[in-house]
Amino acid sequence: MENHFQPIIVGFLCNWCSYRAADLAGTARIHYAPTMRPIRVMCTARVEPEFVLKALREGADGVLIAGCHPGECHYVEGNIKALRRFTLLKALLRQFGIEEARVQLVWAAASEGKQLAEAVDRMTEELRALGPLRWRETVLGEQPVARRMAEAEVGG
Amino acid sequence: MAKPTFAMYWAASCGGCEISLLNIGEKILDVDAAFQVVFWPCVADFKYSDVEGYPDGYIDLCLFNGAIRNSENEELAHLLRRKSKTLVAFGSCAYEGCAPGLANLTTNAATMRTIYTDCLTTDETRDRLPQPLSMVPEGEIRIPVLYETVRALDQVVPVDYIIPGCPPEAHQIAAVIQAVISGVPLPAPGGKVIGAGTVAVCEECPLAKNVKQITRFYRPYELVPEPGICLLEQGLVCMGPATRSGCGALCPQVGMRCEGCYGPLDGQDQGARMLSAIASVVAAGGPDQDEAEQEHAIAAVMDTLADPAGTFYRFSLAHSLLRRVRVAEPGT
Repeated sequence: MENHFQPIIVGFLCNWCSYRAADLAGTARIHYAPTMRPIRVMCTARVEPEFVLKALREGADGVLIAGCHPGECHYVEGNIKALRRFTLLKALLRQFGIEEARVQLVWAAASEGKQLAEAVDRMTEELRALGPLRWRETVLGEQPVARRMAEAEVGG
Repeated sequence: MAKPTFAMYWAASCGGCEISLLNIGEKILDVDAAFQVVFWPCVADFKYSDVEGYPDGYIDLCLFNGAIRNSENEELAHLLRRKSKTLVAFGSCAYEGCAPGLANLTTNAATMRTIYTDCLTTDETRDRLPQPLSMVPEGEIRIPVLYETVRALDQVVPVDYIIPGCPPEAHQIAAVIQAVISGVPLPAPGGKVIGAGTVAVCEECPLAKNVKQITRFYRPYELVPEPGICLLEQGLVCMGPATRSGCGALCPQVGMRCEGCYGPLDGQDQGARMLSAIASVVAAGGPDQDEAEQEHAIAAVMDTLADPAGTFYRFSLAHSLLRRVRVAEPGT
């Protein structure tokens, strides 16, 4: 049976490379899954763990953090700081019962539109296999604000 | 003029908050002189039915300690909210779940299994679980229903003020009570934290901070810390950077890492903030290494930190962004 579940990925993209990679993917007309909601940040080090936890709680099925390759950070080692946080965040999320594929850190330079598009495609497939997260409904037993709004729109 | 009325209640708690109130010393006599106690199960024989009989808003000041763990806790939270003019979440359990809130890292079934089946020192009561309903000659007895998820008081009823701490420090309690007795106006209610600081514990901690980076973490039993030097820089997971001040940094000063009992600063998630703070003191993963080496070096350091969720959210799990862990099959 075909899996029609369209996951929601919140993408935190570094201004200096990955956001431009996403731009390049667009201007180059690369086809990839329309699942990522990009948010531009100045550096992956700007992505506080709170942003990730909040995205997951408020209805995201996954979070993608994308930044410059190590050694190429605009702020010298912001991406290494992000990697340190991310490594510990992964351990924390494991304890919360959140699968590793739901939060990913990738490197994509400004010229790597194709690589970024592939990362989104790959993550979309992985999230499809995992199914929706729906933290508020399934874990906290609440209704999420975002999805309620979406349902209201559909229902007219 | 009749004295203002006072109540104190314990929900899911250890009783330490009651002791901390008595810890204010002879000022407890001022409390007795200024207030008429109308409900305080720890020290006086009032029944729930007495409280039900009071008119709404009869209790002027109600200090509520303890988390909402079961149906009895929740019932009393609603009852005392209705009967109280000012309801204070007193102590970490009522404020943010505290140790009872750590139950949100697991399930009730697993908790019960640990207590009644797997526990080595359990003998004749092994596998004899508490029954929700028991028949006795006088009729049937029901025990409160244990909830799967522990909640803080303000997740159940609106709270006027919060006094954080596990337990709150005596001088902070005394200051708040003194203010109430002398009629000093409190800040506008609405769940505001009172009786605590507005900066991180590190700001009141006198230990020397040398911005030194570390390459591994130690659990408290593994290391006798050098006196006078920041514990985090020695590899102990001191929660100071992510914790609200107000205690005077008592623990770090005697070589014990801050465990985070005053909870997060306004608008923060304590665990997430601590995670960031930890990441900034770890030295591994220099820019001279290649990508795979960096990942490996950082992972090796982080692996020495046992139980990040339980450490970072020791007090604030039930009030954190995610609140509880996800389980594959609810109820298992």
